[in-house]
Amino acid sequence: MNVMDTRATSAMLYLDGVHVSFDGFHAINNLSLTLEPGEMRAIIGPNGAGKTTMMDIITGKTKPDEGVVLFDGVTDLTRLDETRIAELGIGRKFQKPTVFESQTVQDNLLLALNVDHSVKGTLFWRGSKAESESIDKVLETIRLTEARNRLAGSLSHGQKQWLEIGMLLAQDPKLLLVDEPVAGMTDVETHLTAELLKEINKTHTVMVVEHDMTFVRELGVKVTCLHEGTVLAEGTIDQVSSNERVIEVYLGR
Amino acid sequence: MTPHMLTRSLDRGATIFLAIVAACGILIPLSNLLLPAGSFLQVPTYLVALWGKYVCYAILALAIDLIWGYCGILSLGHGAFFALGGYAMGMYLMRQIGTRGVYGNPILPDFMVFLNYSKLPWYWYGFDMFWFAALMVLVVPGLLAFCFGWLAFRSRVTGVYLSIITQAMTYALLLAFFRNDFGFGGNNGLTDFKDILGFNVQAEGTRAALFALSCLALILAFLICRSVVSSKLGKVLIAIRDAESRSRFLGYRVESYKLFVFTLSACMAGVAGALYVPQVGIINPSEFAPGNSIEAVIWVAVGGRGTLIGAALGAVVVNYAKTFFTSGMLAPYWLFMLGALFILVTLLLPKGIVGTFNSWWDQSKENRAATAASAAAEDGVTEPDMAESAQ
Repeated sequence: MNVMDTRATSAMLYLDGVHVSFDGFHAINNLSLTLEPGEMRAIIGPNGAGKTTMMDIITGKTKPDEGVVLFDGVTDLTRLDETRIAELGIGRKFQKPTVFESQTVQDNLLLALNVDHSVKGTLFWRGSKAESESIDKVLETIRLTEARNRLAGSLSHGQKQWLEIGMLLAQDPKLLLVDEPVAGMTDVETHLTAELLKEINKTHTVMVVEHDMTFVRELGVKVTCLHEGTVLAEGTIDQVSSNERVIEVYLGR
Repeated sequence: MTPHMLTRSLDRGATIFLAIVAACGILIPLSNLLLPAGSFLQVPTYLVALWGKYVCYAILALAIDLIWGYCGILSLGHGAFFALGGYAMGMYLMRQIGTRGVYGNPILPDFMVFLNYSKLPWYWYGFDMFWFAALMVLVVPGLLAFCFGWLAFRSRVTGVYLSIITQAMTYALLLAFFRNDFGFGGNNGLTDFKDILGFNVQAEGTRAALFALSCLALILAFLICRSVVSSKLGKVLIAIRDAESRSRFLGYRVESYKLFVFTLSACMAGVAGALYVPQVGIINPSEFAPGNSIEAVIWVAVGGRGTLIGAALGAVVVNYAKTFFTSGMLAPYWLFMLGALFILVTLLLPKGIVGTFNSWWDQSKENRAATAASAAAEDGVTEPDMAESAQ
């Protein structure tokens, strides 16, 4: 079968007319969004705009009531569970940093590595040079080489955020969903994170949800503003931040 | 098990533990059989049987610690797997009685004659052969755990809800086994055993051998648990315990992992039950009582959850206390004491005996390292070259 023929779209991620409601509350309302391969997109919007719910839908945690969610032009994500979607190549960083606190930094990365995740594979696993090299490389990138044998639970908040980004790198997905990566970070850390994400974007498609407008500006990418579960505005940061409706509901006058 | 898994699983604590169990497994039977009765160092036969029982409980505790300590699955029904293993062994022992029963029927056990069975129920077939019974000791608990786990884990039943349905499972089995027409001897269970593999179960030599075998089984169970938890699979289990949904988003099929350890754990509990029955001489439905399973969880909590050694130690310590306190005037208060023990351990030693010891040991090691480092730094004041080389 020729894959090209079956592709409905060239987009890495394609959402069309997605609806989700929880007990009558419309969390996502006719949401349509397209991410091209290699693109980095920043998502902004007030609390309750549906940013995290959108990520839940893409990663299989929440099933939409209706609408199309296509990954890589061919795969219907609404039919798959979290594990299968992760295997396809969608990685996610959570709003609240979620690392495995009782395990060491390098074990966290080892668990994230994109290798055999079956019961048998992990039971008889014996490590390889390639694996430890990729862990070393990620540790270098996220500046945690010194802390590799520390328990992840003992890291500072900023370091945990970085470790979680590092886990995404180790996972090496096609699409990275990054939820509030700079929450609770200092200005310097925020700047470094922006640099890191730009670096990652050279080889990956990235979607970043963030409230920090300085950070979003620094990323310098296309911005989508969500409001009440639908797209309010889309464009460059200057276009979006000068939009009357965006100022009204989100940025404030 | 491959060699690299074995070497990885043996740290210092594990080696010491195995050496102690092996020493007990060899020395206690030898002392019982070879030294003259009544001598100071001779272990009396009743103690061999009693300690053999503790060793079986230690295997059950290991099985619980594997799933609870490492994967966060709190089963309050593990006594059911233990009892099923015990029943499988009991059925073999019943068939060995043959014509020596009260009614002298060569095929039907006494209770069946008494209940007017005309022929052996189909599910008793094959239990006259030891290999078949031994296989069933693993298969029956394993299969039940697999089916139960397949349904529960796929439906993502976790936490306290899972604990409650495991209680329901063991209680349902208790009620079923109580029924006379269920075909397992009703409330009397299976007893009056004569031979195991041709040896008299009451004989001193058989008891000593059973004790040694129980220790061997404990060693094997410990090695299996250690090689599981020290593999990468062990890291995945801990990841599932600490952040289940995070593990899913990394691409781990959580239900497969849970199903694997749950089934493995049930098989181990079955073996423990099978070794228990010939040593205590009876298996009846009270082994399915929900309270038994809860008690086993308390052993693990007391010894130290997620340490394996602690689970085995907890089983022995709590049961020793139970034997000690239930044989005197304090007997009526044992359950209160058990409850108080659980509360005290939860409040004062939340990591259990071994967990607390481990933290203390790591802490003092760190302190020693810090002292050594500061001593080196002080030396460095007078001899700068030394400080360079120390770093």
